[in-house]
Amino acid sequence: MSGVRVLVGTRKGAFTLTSDGRRDDWTVDGPHFGGWEIYHIAGSPADPDRLYASASGGWFGQVIQRSDDGGKTWATGGNDFTYQGEIGEHLWYDGTPRPWEFKRIWHLEPSPDDPDTVYAGAEDAALYLSTDGGGKWRELTALRTHPTGPAWQPGAGGMCLHTIILDPMNKDRIYVAISAAGAFRSDDGGASWLPINKGLRSGEIPDQDSEVGHCVHHITQHPSRPDTLFMQKHWDVMRSDDAGANWREISGDLPSDFGFPIAVHAHEPDTIYVLPIKSDSEHYPPEGKLRVYRSRTGGDDWQPLTNGLPQSDCYVNVFRDAMAVDKLDPCGIYFGTTGGQVYHSADSGDSWAPIVRDLPAVLSVEVQALP
Amino acid sequence: MIRVVLPAHLKNLARVSGEVRIEVAGTVDGAGPVTQRRLLDSLELQYPMLLGTIRDRGSGERRPYVRFYGCAEDLSNASPDAALPDQVIAGTEPFIILGAMAGG
Repeated sequence: MSGVRVLVGTRKGAFTLTSDGRRDDWTVDGPHFGGWEIYHIAGSPADPDRLYASASGGWFGQVIQRSDDGGKTWATGGNDFTYQGEIGEHLWYDGTPRPWEFKRIWHLEPSPDDPDTVYAGAEDAALYLSTDGGGKWRELTALRTHPTGPAWQPGAGGMCLHTIILDPMNKDRIYVAISAAGAFRSDDGGASWLPINKGLRSGEIPDQDSEVGHCVHHITQHPSRPDTLFMQKHWDVMRSDDAGANWREISGDLPSDFGFPIAVHAHEPDTIYVLPIKSDSEHYPPEGKLRVYRSRTGGDDWQPLTNGLPQSDCYVNVFRDAMAVDKLDPCGIYFGTTGGQVYHSADSGDSWAPIVRDLPAVLSVEVQALP
Repeated sequence: MIRVVLPAHLKNLARVSGEVRIEVAGTVDGAGPVTQRRLLDSLELQYPMLLGTIRDRGSGERRPYVRFYGCAEDLSNASPDAALPDQVIAGTEPFIILGAMAGG
Protein backbone atom coordinates (compact mmCIF):
# COMPACT_ATOMS: atom_id res chain seq x y z
CA MET A 1 0.00 0.00 0.00
CA SER A 2 1.40 3.36 -0.99
CA GLY A 3 -0.40 5.55 1.51
CA VAL A 4 -3.48 6.55 3.38
CA ARG A 5 -6.23 9.11 2.97
CA VAL A 6 -8.15 10.27 6.03
CA LEU A 7 -11.64 11.57 5.32
CA VAL A 8 -12.75 14.13 7.90
CA GLY A 9 -16.27 15.50 8.22
CA THR A 10 -16.67 18.66 10.29
CA ARG A 11 -19.33 21.16 11.31
CA LYS A 12 -18.25 23.44 8.49
CA GLY A 13 -16.96 21.29 5.67
CA ALA A 14 -14.93 18.22 4.70
CA PHE A 15 -11.19 17.74 4.65
CA THR A 16 -8.90 15.06 3.27
CA LEU A 17 -5.57 14.30 4.91
CA THR A 18 -3.12 12.23 2.88
CA SER A 19 0.24 10.67 3.60
CA ASP A 20 2.48 7.91 2.35
CA GLY A 21 2.70 4.65 4.25
CA ARG A 22 5.06 6.05 6.88
CA ARG A 23 2.28 8.39 8.00
CA ASP A 24 4.55 11.09 9.31
CA ASP A 25 4.12 13.81 6.68
CA TRP A 26 0.58 14.93 5.87
CA THR A 27 -1.08 17.03 3.20
CA VAL A 28 -4.32 18.73 4.22
CA ASP A 29 -6.88 19.49 1.52
CA GLY A 30 -10.10 21.43 2.12
CA PRO A 31 -12.49 22.65 3.15
CA HIS A 32 -14.75 20.98 0.65
CA PHE A 33 -18.38 22.13 0.89
CA GLY A 34 -17.40 24.91 3.25
CA GLY A 35 -20.25 25.88 5.55
CA TRP A 36 -22.07 22.54 5.28
CA GLU A 37 -22.19 20.07 8.14
CA ILE A 38 -20.49 16.90 6.95
CA TYR A 39 -21.86 14.20 9.16
CA HIS A 40 -20.01 11.51 7.25
CA ILE A 41 -17.68 11.00 4.32
CA ALA A 42 -16.79 7.47 3.27
CA GLY A 43 -14.85 5.74 0.51
CA SER A 44 -15.73 2.62 -1.42
CA PRO A 45 -13.61 -0.41 -0.45
CA ALA A 46 -13.98 -1.58 -4.05
CA ASP A 47 -12.70 1.66 -5.58
CA PRO A 48 -10.85 4.06 -3.26
CA ASP A 49 -11.39 6.92 -5.68
CA ARG A 50 -15.15 6.70 -5.15
CA LEU A 51 -16.17 8.82 -2.17
CA TYR A 52 -19.57 9.71 -0.78
CA ALA A 53 -20.28 12.64 1.53
CA SER A 54 -23.37 13.63 3.46
CA ALA A 55 -23.67 17.43 3.57
CA SER A 56 -26.52 19.01 5.47
CA GLY A 57 -27.47 22.17 7.24
CA GLY A 58 -30.26 24.16 8.76
CA TRP A 59 -30.72 26.40 5.75
CA PHE A 60 -30.67 24.16 2.71
CA GLY A 61 -31.35 20.64 3.94
CA GLN A 62 -29.64 17.47 2.82
CA VAL A 63 -27.28 17.04 -0.12
CA ILE A 64 -25.29 13.98 -1.13
CA GLN A 65 -21.94 14.58 -2.82
CA ARG A 66 -19.96 12.01 -4.79
CA SER A 67 -16.40 12.00 -6.06
CA ASP A 68 -14.91 9.65 -8.64
CA ASP A 69 -11.35 10.90 -8.28
CA GLY A 70 -10.55 10.58 -4.62
CA GLY A 71 -12.00 13.93 -3.61
CA LYS A 72 -10.44 16.23 -6.22
CA THR A 73 -13.81 16.95 -7.81
CA TRP A 74 -17.34 16.34 -6.64
CA ALA A 75 -20.83 16.06 -8.15
CA THR A 76 -24.19 16.37 -6.45
CA GLY A 77 -26.11 13.11 -6.03
CA GLY A 78 -29.75 12.49 -5.25
CA ASN A 79 -31.37 13.70 -2.06
CA ASP A 80 -34.87 12.30 -2.26
CA PHE A 81 -35.07 10.49 1.07
CA THR A 82 -38.84 10.35 1.15
CA TYR A 83 -40.13 7.69 3.49
CA GLN A 84 -41.91 4.97 1.54
CA GLY A 85 -45.52 4.02 2.27
CA GLU A 86 -47.27 4.85 5.49
CA ILE A 87 -45.14 7.26 7.51
CA GLY A 88 -46.14 6.01 10.95
CA GLU A 89 -45.26 7.45 14.33
CA HIS A 90 -42.60 7.01 16.96
CA LEU A 91 -42.37 8.41 20.47
CA TRP A 92 -41.22 11.98 21.01
CA TYR A 93 -39.15 13.07 24.01
CA ASP A 94 -42.29 13.75 26.03
CA GLY A 95 -43.72 10.33 25.28
CA THR A 96 -46.30 11.49 22.77
CA PRO A 97 -46.56 9.97 19.27
CA ARG A 98 -44.84 11.92 16.50
CA PRO A 99 -44.70 11.22 12.76
CA TRP A 100 -41.37 10.26 11.29
CA GLU A 101 -39.69 13.35 9.78
CA PHE A 102 -36.51 13.22 7.72
CA LYS A 103 -33.74 15.48 9.00
CA ARG A 104 -30.38 14.32 7.68
CA ILE A 105 -28.14 11.43 6.72
CA TRP A 106 -25.79 10.49 9.52
CA HIS A 107 -23.85 7.64 7.99
CA LEU A 108 -22.97 6.31 4.54
CA GLU A 109 -21.78 2.71 4.16
CA PRO A 110 -20.46 1.80 0.70
CA SER A 111 -20.67 -1.84 -0.37
CA PRO A 112 -17.41 -3.78 -0.02
CA ASP A 113 -17.54 -4.96 -3.62
CA ASP A 114 -19.59 -2.53 -5.73
CA PRO A 115 -18.66 1.16 -5.87
CA ASP A 116 -22.18 2.10 -7.01
CA THR A 117 -23.91 0.44 -4.08
CA VAL A 118 -24.11 2.45 -0.87
CA TYR A 119 -26.37 2.42 2.19
CA ALA A 120 -27.42 5.53 4.09
CA GLY A 121 -28.63 5.85 7.68
CA ALA A 122 -31.08 8.66 8.39
CA GLU A 123 -32.50 10.74 11.20
CA ASP A 124 -35.41 10.05 11.82
CA ALA A 125 -34.20 6.48 11.76
CA ALA A 126 -34.47 4.78 8.41
CA LEU A 127 -32.17 2.84 6.11
CA TYR A 128 -31.78 3.69 2.43
CA LEU A 129 -30.01 1.93 -0.42
CA SER A 130 -28.65 3.31 -3.68
CA THR A 131 -27.35 1.05 -6.43
CA ASP A 132 -26.57 3.79 -8.93
CA GLY A 133 -23.80 5.62 -7.15
CA GLY A 134 -25.94 7.78 -4.91
CA GLY A 135 -28.35 9.06 -7.53
CA LYS A 136 -31.57 7.40 -6.44
CA TRP A 137 -32.35 6.13 -2.97
CA ARG A 138 -34.79 3.43 -1.96
CA GLU A 139 -35.87 3.00 1.63
CA LEU A 140 -35.60 -0.51 3.09
CA THR A 141 -38.88 0.00 4.86
CA ALA A 142 -38.94 -3.13 7.02
CA LEU A 143 -36.70 -1.45 9.56
CA ARG A 144 -38.74 1.73 10.14
CA THR A 145 -41.98 -0.25 10.07
CA HIS A 146 -40.73 -2.87 12.53
CA PRO A 147 -43.46 -3.64 15.10
CA THR A 148 -41.35 -1.98 17.80
CA GLY A 149 -41.05 1.26 15.76
CA PRO A 150 -43.89 3.10 17.53
CA ALA A 151 -41.92 2.64 20.80
CA TRP A 152 -38.66 4.08 19.47
CA GLN A 153 -37.64 7.36 21.07
CA PRO A 154 -34.87 9.79 20.08
CA GLY A 155 -31.70 10.22 22.10
CA ALA A 156 -30.45 13.70 22.87
CA GLY A 157 -28.87 13.94 19.42
CA GLY A 158 -32.00 12.92 17.58
CA MET A 159 -33.39 9.56 16.49
CA CYS A 160 -30.51 8.73 14.23
CA LEU A 161 -29.48 5.58 12.45
CA HIS A 162 -25.74 6.03 12.86
CA THR A 163 -24.14 2.61 12.44
CA ILE A 164 -24.37 0.28 9.44
CA ILE A 165 -22.26 -2.89 9.26
CA LEU A 166 -22.36 -5.06 6.14
CA ASP A 167 -21.27 -8.51 7.22
CA PRO A 168 -18.17 -9.45 5.17
CA MET A 169 -18.92 -13.18 5.21
CA ASN A 170 -22.68 -13.14 4.80
CA LYS A 171 -24.01 -10.89 2.04
CA ASP A 172 -27.51 -11.01 3.44
CA ARG A 173 -26.57 -9.91 6.95
CA ILE A 174 -26.72 -6.24 7.96
CA TYR A 175 -26.39 -4.69 11.40
CA VAL A 176 -27.66 -1.21 12.24
CA ALA A 177 -27.81 0.82 15.42
CA ILE A 178 -30.22 3.60 16.30
CA SER A 179 -30.18 6.10 19.15
CA ALA A 180 -32.12 5.40 21.25
CA ALA A 181 -33.87 2.35 19.86
CA GLY A 182 -30.94 -0.05 19.98
CA ALA A 183 -29.28 -2.53 17.64
CA PHE A 184 -30.97 -4.55 14.91
CA ARG A 185 -29.86 -7.33 12.58
CA SER A 186 -31.20 -8.42 9.23
CA ASP A 187 -30.35 -11.83 7.78
CA ASP A 188 -32.17 -11.25 4.51
CA GLY A 189 -30.66 -8.10 3.06
CA GLY A 190 -32.94 -5.73 4.94
CA ALA A 191 -36.28 -7.43 4.21
CA SER A 192 -36.82 -8.13 7.91
CA TRP A 193 -35.13 -7.12 11.16
CA LEU A 194 -34.52 -8.56 14.59
CA PRO A 195 -33.81 -6.38 17.63
CA ILE A 196 -30.54 -7.62 19.15
CA ASN A 197 -30.40 -5.94 22.56
CA LYS A 198 -30.52 -8.86 24.99
CA GLY A 199 -28.11 -8.31 27.85
CA LEU A 200 -27.92 -4.53 27.49
CA ARG A 201 -28.62 -2.68 30.72
CA SER A 202 -29.71 0.95 30.54
CA GLY A 203 -30.59 2.85 33.67
CA GLU A 204 -32.45 5.45 31.63
CA ILE A 205 -35.31 3.05 30.83
CA PRO A 206 -37.60 1.39 33.35
CA ASP A 207 -37.51 -2.16 31.95
CA GLN A 208 -33.96 -3.47 31.71
CA ASP A 209 -35.12 -6.37 29.56
CA SER A 210 -36.86 -4.13 27.08
CA GLU A 211 -36.49 -5.29 23.49
CA VAL A 212 -35.78 -1.72 22.36
CA GLY A 213 -34.99 1.63 23.96
CA HIS A 214 -31.25 1.22 24.54
CA CYS A 215 -29.01 4.09 23.50
CA VAL A 216 -26.38 2.33 21.44
CA HIS A 217 -23.62 4.76 20.47
CA HIS A 218 -21.54 2.67 18.10
CA ILE A 219 -20.81 -0.92 17.09
CA THR A 220 -17.75 -2.36 15.38
CA GLN A 221 -16.69 -5.74 14.07
CA HIS A 222 -13.49 -7.38 12.90
CA PRO A 223 -13.94 -8.87 9.42
CA SER A 224 -12.18 -12.11 10.33
CA ARG A 225 -14.58 -12.79 13.22
CA PRO A 226 -17.92 -11.40 12.05
CA ASP A 227 -20.05 -12.90 14.82
CA THR A 228 -18.12 -10.92 17.43
CA LEU A 229 -19.40 -7.38 17.89
CA PHE A 230 -18.09 -4.67 20.18
CA MET A 231 -20.44 -1.90 21.32
CA GLN A 232 -20.01 1.44 23.03
CA LYS A 233 -23.36 2.08 24.63
CA HIS A 234 -24.47 5.34 26.27
CA TRP A 235 -22.95 3.83 29.39
CA ASP A 236 -21.16 0.46 29.22
CA VAL A 237 -18.84 -1.16 26.72
CA MET A 238 -20.38 -4.41 25.55
CA ARG A 239 -19.44 -7.51 23.57
CA SER A 240 -21.39 -10.18 21.72
CA ASP A 241 -19.94 -13.41 20.33
CA ASP A 242 -23.14 -14.65 18.73
CA ALA A 243 -23.99 -11.96 16.18
CA GLY A 244 -25.77 -9.80 18.72
CA ALA A 245 -28.05 -12.46 20.19
CA ASN A 246 -26.54 -11.90 23.64
CA TRP A 247 -24.35 -9.14 25.06
CA ARG A 248 -22.05 -8.99 28.08
CA GLU A 249 -20.33 -6.03 29.63
CA ILE A 250 -16.56 -5.65 29.12
CA SER A 251 -16.10 -2.19 30.66
CA GLY A 252 -13.73 -3.69 33.24
CA ASP A 253 -11.33 -1.14 34.70
CA LEU A 254 -12.12 1.80 32.43
CA PRO A 255 -12.19 5.17 34.28
CA SER A 256 -15.62 5.78 32.71
CA ASP A 257 -17.64 3.45 30.56
CA PHE A 258 -19.50 6.33 28.90
CA GLY A 259 -18.27 7.27 25.44
CA PHE A 260 -19.12 7.37 21.77
CA PRO A 261 -16.64 5.63 19.41
CA ILE A 262 -15.27 2.10 19.52
CA ALA A 263 -12.83 0.59 17.05
CA VAL A 264 -11.09 -2.73 16.50
CA HIS A 265 -7.47 -3.20 15.38
CA ALA A 266 -7.13 -4.10 11.69
CA HIS A 267 -5.01 -7.22 12.31
CA GLU A 268 -5.81 -8.25 15.90
CA PRO A 269 -9.51 -9.06 16.34
CA ASP A 270 -9.26 -8.96 20.15
CA THR A 271 -7.58 -5.55 20.30
CA ILE A 272 -10.16 -2.81 20.73
CA TYR A 273 -10.10 0.91 21.40
CA VAL A 274 -12.48 3.24 23.23
CA LEU A 275 -12.25 6.85 24.36
CA PRO A 276 -13.85 7.28 27.78
CA ILE A 277 -15.90 10.41 28.39
CA LYS A 278 -16.77 11.52 31.90
CA SER A 279 -20.57 11.32 31.75
CA ASP A 280 -23.68 11.86 29.68
CA SER A 281 -23.86 15.48 30.78
CA GLU A 282 -20.12 16.13 30.91
CA HIS A 283 -18.96 15.38 27.39
CA TYR A 284 -15.22 15.58 28.01
CA PRO A 285 -12.51 13.19 29.15
CA PRO A 286 -12.22 12.33 32.87
CA GLU A 287 -9.71 14.55 34.70
CA GLY A 288 -9.17 16.64 31.56
CA LYS A 289 -6.84 13.92 30.23
CA LEU A 290 -7.37 12.79 26.65
CA ARG A 291 -6.80 9.04 26.84
CA VAL A 292 -7.55 6.31 24.37
CA TYR A 293 -7.98 2.99 26.14
CA ARG A 294 -6.86 -0.21 24.46
CA SER A 295 -7.76 -3.75 25.41
CA ARG A 296 -5.70 -6.56 23.90
CA THR A 297 -7.97 -9.19 25.47
CA GLY A 298 -11.27 -8.31 23.83
CA GLY A 299 -12.35 -6.21 26.80
CA ASP A 300 -12.30 -6.09 30.62
CA ASP A 301 -8.58 -5.28 30.89
CA TRP A 302 -7.78 -1.83 29.54
CA GLN A 303 -4.57 0.15 29.12
CA PRO A 304 -4.51 3.94 28.86
CA LEU A 305 -2.70 5.29 25.79
CA THR A 306 -1.44 8.78 26.52
CA ASN A 307 1.86 9.29 24.73
CA GLY A 308 1.43 12.43 22.63
CA LEU A 309 -2.10 13.22 23.81
CA PRO A 310 -2.86 16.21 26.08
CA GLN A 311 -2.90 15.10 29.73
CA SER A 312 -4.19 18.27 31.31
CA ASP A 313 -6.93 20.80 30.67
CA CYS A 314 -8.44 18.88 27.76
CA TYR A 315 -12.21 19.13 27.54
CA VAL A 316 -13.09 18.01 24.02
CA ASN A 317 -15.47 15.26 22.97
CA VAL A 318 -15.02 12.59 20.31
CA PHE A 319 -18.16 11.65 18.40
CA ARG A 320 -19.27 8.13 17.52
CA ASP A 321 -18.13 8.12 13.89
CA ALA A 322 -14.90 10.02 14.59
CA MET A 323 -12.50 7.10 15.18
CA ALA A 324 -11.09 4.83 12.49
CA VAL A 325 -8.27 2.38 11.83
CA ASP A 326 -6.20 1.82 8.70
CA LYS A 327 -5.12 -1.55 7.32
CA LEU A 328 -1.40 -0.86 7.22
CA ASP A 329 1.13 -2.72 9.34
CA PRO A 330 1.53 -1.52 12.01
CA CYS A 331 -2.10 -0.55 12.23
CA GLY A 332 -2.88 3.18 12.30
CA ILE A 333 -5.54 4.63 14.62
CA TYR A 334 -7.20 8.01 14.02
CA PHE A 335 -9.71 10.14 15.86
CA GLY A 336 -11.06 13.68 15.61
CA THR A 337 -12.32 15.94 18.39
CA THR A 338 -14.91 18.62 18.86
CA GLY A 339 -11.93 20.97 19.32
CA GLY A 340 -10.90 20.43 15.71
CA GLN A 341 -7.87 18.21 16.28
CA VAL A 342 -7.30 15.02 14.32
CA TYR A 343 -4.86 12.74 16.15
CA HIS A 344 -3.23 9.67 14.70
CA SER A 345 -1.06 6.82 15.85
CA ALA A 346 1.05 4.86 13.36
CA ASP A 347 1.94 2.19 15.94
CA SER A 348 -1.39 0.75 17.07
CA GLY A 349 -1.86 3.43 19.72
CA ASP A 350 1.49 3.41 21.51
CA SER A 351 2.22 7.00 20.48
CA TRP A 352 0.10 9.80 19.07
CA ALA A 353 0.51 13.07 17.21
CA PRO A 354 -1.91 15.60 15.78
CA ILE A 355 -2.26 15.73 11.99
CA VAL A 356 -4.17 19.01 12.25
CA ARG A 357 -5.14 21.05 15.30
CA ASP A 358 -7.57 23.72 14.25
CA LEU A 359 -10.34 22.35 12.09
CA PRO A 360 -14.01 23.00 12.84
CA ALA A 361 -15.52 20.50 15.28
CA VAL A 362 -14.95 17.04 13.86
CA LEU A 363 -18.05 14.94 13.26
CA SER A 364 -16.55 11.91 11.52
CA VAL A 365 -13.24 10.31 10.59
CA GLU A 366 -12.70 7.50 8.11
CA VAL A 367 -9.44 6.25 6.62
CA GLN A 368 -8.62 4.58 3.35
CA ALA A 369 -5.52 2.59 2.51
CA LEU A 370 -4.44 3.67 -0.96
CA PRO A 371 -3.00 1.12 -3.41
CA MET B 1 -36.67 35.60 -18.54
CA ILE B 2 -36.84 35.95 -14.79
CA ARG B 3 -33.63 36.86 -13.02
CA VAL B 4 -32.95 34.79 -9.91
CA VAL B 5 -30.27 35.54 -7.33
CA LEU B 6 -29.15 32.45 -5.43
CA PRO B 7 -27.35 32.40 -2.06
CA ALA B 8 -23.67 31.48 -2.17
CA HIS B 9 -24.10 27.84 -1.12
CA LEU B 10 -26.69 27.23 -3.82
CA LYS B 11 -24.58 29.00 -6.44
CA ASN B 12 -21.83 26.53 -5.57
CA LEU B 13 -24.20 23.60 -5.89
CA ALA B 14 -25.55 24.88 -9.22
CA ARG B 15 -22.04 25.79 -10.39
CA VAL B 16 -23.02 29.34 -11.32
CA SER B 17 -21.37 32.58 -10.34
CA GLY B 18 -23.92 35.31 -10.99
CA GLU B 19 -27.64 35.60 -11.47
CA VAL B 20 -29.42 32.79 -13.24
CA ARG B 21 -32.08 33.44 -15.86
CA ILE B 22 -35.13 31.24 -15.79
CA GLU B 23 -37.78 30.94 -18.44
CA VAL B 24 -41.09 30.10 -16.84
CA ALA B 25 -43.85 28.63 -18.93
CA GLY B 26 -46.52 31.28 -19.00
CA THR B 27 -44.24 34.20 -19.68
CA VAL B 28 -44.62 33.43 -23.37
CA ASP B 29 -47.66 31.25 -23.84
CA GLY B 30 -50.12 32.87 -21.50
CA ALA B 31 -50.58 29.71 -19.42
CA GLY B 32 -51.62 31.67 -16.36
CA PRO B 33 -49.94 33.88 -13.81
CA VAL B 34 -46.26 33.41 -13.17
CA THR B 35 -46.13 32.33 -9.58
CA GLN B 36 -43.45 31.52 -7.04
CA ARG B 37 -44.30 27.83 -7.39
CA ARG B 38 -43.93 27.86 -11.17
CA LEU B 39 -40.70 29.84 -10.97
CA LEU B 40 -39.19 27.39 -8.48
CA ASP B 41 -40.43 24.42 -10.51
CA SER B 42 -38.63 25.87 -13.54
CA LEU B 43 -35.52 26.70 -11.53
CA GLU B 44 -35.31 23.12 -10.22
CA LEU B 45 -35.90 21.75 -13.71
CA GLN B 46 -32.96 23.76 -15.02
CA TYR B 47 -30.80 23.08 -11.94
CA PRO B 48 -31.92 19.71 -10.53
CA MET B 49 -29.14 19.74 -7.94
CA LEU B 50 -31.19 22.41 -6.14
CA LEU B 51 -34.09 20.03 -5.54
CA GLY B 52 -34.79 19.86 -1.82
CA THR B 53 -32.54 22.77 -0.91
CA ILE B 54 -35.12 25.55 -1.27
CA ARG B 55 -38.29 23.56 -0.71
CA ASP B 56 -38.68 20.42 1.40
CA ARG B 57 -38.63 17.31 -0.81
CA GLY B 58 -41.56 15.76 0.99
CA SER B 59 -43.93 18.63 1.68
CA GLY B 60 -42.93 21.05 -1.08
CA GLU B 61 -42.96 23.82 1.53
CA ARG B 62 -40.33 26.56 1.65
CA ARG B 63 -37.55 25.48 3.98
CA PRO B 64 -37.86 27.42 7.25
CA TYR B 65 -34.56 29.31 6.93
CA VAL B 66 -34.96 30.26 3.27
CA ARG B 67 -36.35 33.66 2.32
CA PHE B 68 -37.69 35.10 -0.95
CA TYR B 69 -37.34 38.81 -1.71
CA GLY B 70 -38.44 40.83 -4.72
CA CYS B 71 -38.95 44.56 -5.39
CA ALA B 72 -37.78 45.29 -1.83
CA GLU B 73 -40.61 43.17 -0.46
CA ASP B 74 -40.40 39.99 1.61
CA LEU B 75 -42.32 37.49 -0.48
CA SER B 76 -41.46 34.53 1.73
CA ASN B 77 -44.89 34.13 3.21
CA ALA B 78 -46.85 35.03 0.10
CA SER B 79 -48.94 32.25 -1.37
CA PRO B 80 -46.80 30.14 -3.69
CA ASP B 81 -49.65 30.38 -6.17
CA ALA B 82 -49.92 34.17 -6.13
CA ALA B 83 -48.59 36.07 -9.13
CA LEU B 84 -45.09 37.41 -8.73
CA PRO B 85 -44.57 41.19 -8.98
CA ASP B 86 -44.72 42.50 -12.55
CA GLN B 87 -41.15 43.83 -12.40
CA VAL B 88 -39.86 40.38 -11.39
CA ILE B 89 -41.80 38.76 -14.22
CA ALA B 90 -40.49 41.38 -16.63
CA GLY B 91 -36.93 40.80 -15.51
CA THR B 92 -36.34 44.37 -14.41
CA GLU B 93 -36.06 43.25 -10.78
CA PRO B 94 -34.55 39.95 -9.59
CA PHE B 95 -36.20 37.28 -7.47
CA ILE B 96 -33.83 36.91 -4.57
CA ILE B 97 -33.45 33.63 -2.69
CA LEU B 98 -31.36 33.84 0.46
CA GLY B 99 -30.65 32.12 3.72
CA ALA B 100 -32.26 33.73 6.73
CA MET B 101 -30.22 35.29 9.50
CA ALA B 102 -30.20 32.26 11.77
CA GLY B 103 -26.97 31.98 13.62
CA GLY B 104 -23.58 30.62 12.66
